[in-house]
Amino acid sequence: MQVKNRHIVGWLEAAPLAVVLLGFLIAPIVMIVIVSFWGATEFSIYPAFQFDNYEFLFGSPVTYRVFGATLKYAFITWALTLAIGFTVAYFLAFHVRSLTMQIALFLVCTIPFWTSNIIRMISWIPFLGRNGIANQTLISWGVIDEPLEWLLYSDFSVILAFVHLYTLFMVVPIFNTMMRIDKSLLEAARDNGASGFQTLVHVIIPLTKPGIMIGTIFVVTLVMGDFITVRFMSGSQRANVGRLISNDIGLLQYPSAAATAVVLLCTVLIVIAILLRFVNIRKEL
Amino acid sequence: MAKPKVGYTRRSLLKTGGAALAASALPSPMLWAQDTKDIVLRQFGTGVSNLNDVANKVKEDLGFTLEMTALDSDSVTQRAATQPDSFDIADIEYWICKKVWPTGNLQAMDTSKIANYDKIVGIFRNGKLTPESEIAQGTAPHTVGFVDGPGGTSFADNETGWMTLIPTIYNADTLGIRPDLIGRPIESWTELLNPEFKGKASILDISSIGIMDMAMVCEAMGEIQYGDKGNMTREEIDKTMAIFTEAKRNGQFRAFWKTFDESVNLMASGEVVIQSMWSPAITAVKSRGIPCVYQPLKEGYRSWGGGIGLSSSLSGMELDAAYEYINWYLSGWVGGYLMRQGYYSAVPETSKNFMSENEWGYWFEGKEATDVITSPTGDTLAQAGETRDGGSFYDRMGAVACWNAVMDENQYMVRKWNEFIAA
Repeated sequence: MQVKNRHIVGWLEAAPLAVVLLGFLIAPIVMIVIVSFWGATEFSIYPAFQFDNYEFLFGSPVTYRVFGATLKYAFITWALTLAIGFTVAYFLAFHVRSLTMQIALFLVCTIPFWTSNIIRMISWIPFLGRNGIANQTLISWGVIDEPLEWLLYSDFSVILAFVHLYTLFMVVPIFNTMMRIDKSLLEAARDNGASGFQTLVHVIIPLTKPGIMIGTIFVVTLVMGDFITVRFMSGSQRANVGRLISNDIGLLQYPSAAATAVVLLCTVLIVIAILLRFVNIRKEL
Repeated sequence: MAKPKVGYTRRSLLKTGGAALAASALPSPMLWAQDTKDIVLRQFGTGVSNLNDVANKVKEDLGFTLEMTALDSDSVTQRAATQPDSFDIADIEYWICKKVWPTGNLQAMDTSKIANYDKIVGIFRNGKLTPESEIAQGTAPHTVGFVDGPGGTSFADNETGWMTLIPTIYNADTLGIRPDLIGRPIESWTELLNPEFKGKASILDISSIGIMDMAMVCEAMGEIQYGDKGNMTREEIDKTMAIFTEAKRNGQFRAFWKTFDESVNLMASGEVVIQSMWSPAITAVKSRGIPCVYQPLKEGYRSWGGGIGLSSSLSGMELDAAYEYINWYLSGWVGGYLMRQGYYSAVPETSKNFMSENEWGYWFEGKEATDVITSPTGDTLAQAGETRDGGSFYDRMGAVACWNAVMDENQYMVRKWNEFIAA
């Protein structure tokens, strides 16, 4: 009797979360998968079970190019945010000694997040433009004679905006794991004659891996799912998968958008599965 | 009487209210006026004519409330097609009407209730601006302007007395240029793909309109002879897209734009010196003191027209209010307001009463301005002695080469367009 009761209580405790996940995560995904097999006319969609959407998707060379571009953006952004994020977190965690100072500096990192995503992104446009501040400054310094065209509406500007927007997502989890590293381990390394670099490579990085991994998952999923940054920063000249989907939706092609979304979801899940092979996050949480 | 916000509640309230009124032998005008005051009509459409000034004037002149929502063309189409209960009045373009009408979300309007119907410009009635005019390619407004009866689902080819949209606003579009940065005359659509403007050209990312600009360019280049630019074959679509994809890969375009503001910023900042543009965007660039010309081109204009359609769920007093609104719309004040921005009104002669002689001469007749021309919001647009780009109403609307359109192969075109944007 006692045991049975505990069983029921356990189920009841898990129920709210299960219901929320079922209603707001599983059900929509199932719906998207179903719709991806439907057909569309110009102004409506009709239930069907056909592979047209996938056929068109996999049959078009543009799809492969766009998925390639998406992975490229994700990879470059990841590498840059990791380098910057790790450095910032390292500085905060090991070089700044007082806790008050650490918290203060950490809050400074979050200041850009007090404005909206879109504003932070768009404010780059007048800066990078042909007659923008960056070009004017470089010309007045005599570094260049002609304005640099590739500063804006290019892969450069897209990745710049991504790095700017998402580096904090790398800083936070890495900083968090670094703070939990037992300082006596660093002392032990030093006592055993390790150089600063050896300590970094053999002690800090292995212990920070879960934080790196969580940051990686944040950045990769954010970049792969983004469409608005690519649209604005490339002046619609570049595309990633998110833009394919948003174009389809704008043109009322919901089934085709759903099919693309399903393929994107699978891609992201595969990427994350691969990442999780490297580090067991749950062990560290 | 409280003003409920939810449409259904409001409607049912109004219906019962209307029934009660009809039942009483002598409905008091006081009561009627009070009810009118409580009517809220929800209008949505593209930014061009969804103006708060119009809503304010409606409140002042007619007493009821008009709620405006401005969206881009794709979103407008989407909403008209998929969310019929979210609006009472749809302010849409004729090509959108062609797409949306078959969904049954709009109801036809009885032209006998439209006071100025006879004065509406010929373009919207029989397709002819003047009796000698030739009808341009594409979705010409009169081809989707009429249906057979109140419940008609297919378009009629003559004036049946049942209109799908009441025309409100239209214009002839062409390329906008920065004369100061180009420094030589521009005469043809081909210039959009001229390598001279590599990295300094732009086109709009709205498929139904963009494809027409592309077609104007390809035809002007002599690369493609279209049977009908407004209704291309798959082969014609492929060829058109191939030419533009190649240009895109070669870096011809600086950016594509989707909203009015983007086009203004691209032009004003000098990122782009030649691009597809809309008339008020030119005005907006000019009002910043930057030279910008709406360049008439020898191949003619790409034209568009918009109108207001009524949601099929409108009935009773709200429907009457909507008719009242339409009649007011055509009675001149709005027309004058729009014409002073560079658009044309469907009933120009009523608009004339709301414009000064100088304004009428400049905007409609293509004459030299005798005094400073200002926009309805007070920005200076032209000095005395200047004339409008392209000349008079008949010069401009008479040189229309095609109308914005949706084609039979629209879905194919849309997919190809998506590929072009992603290419």
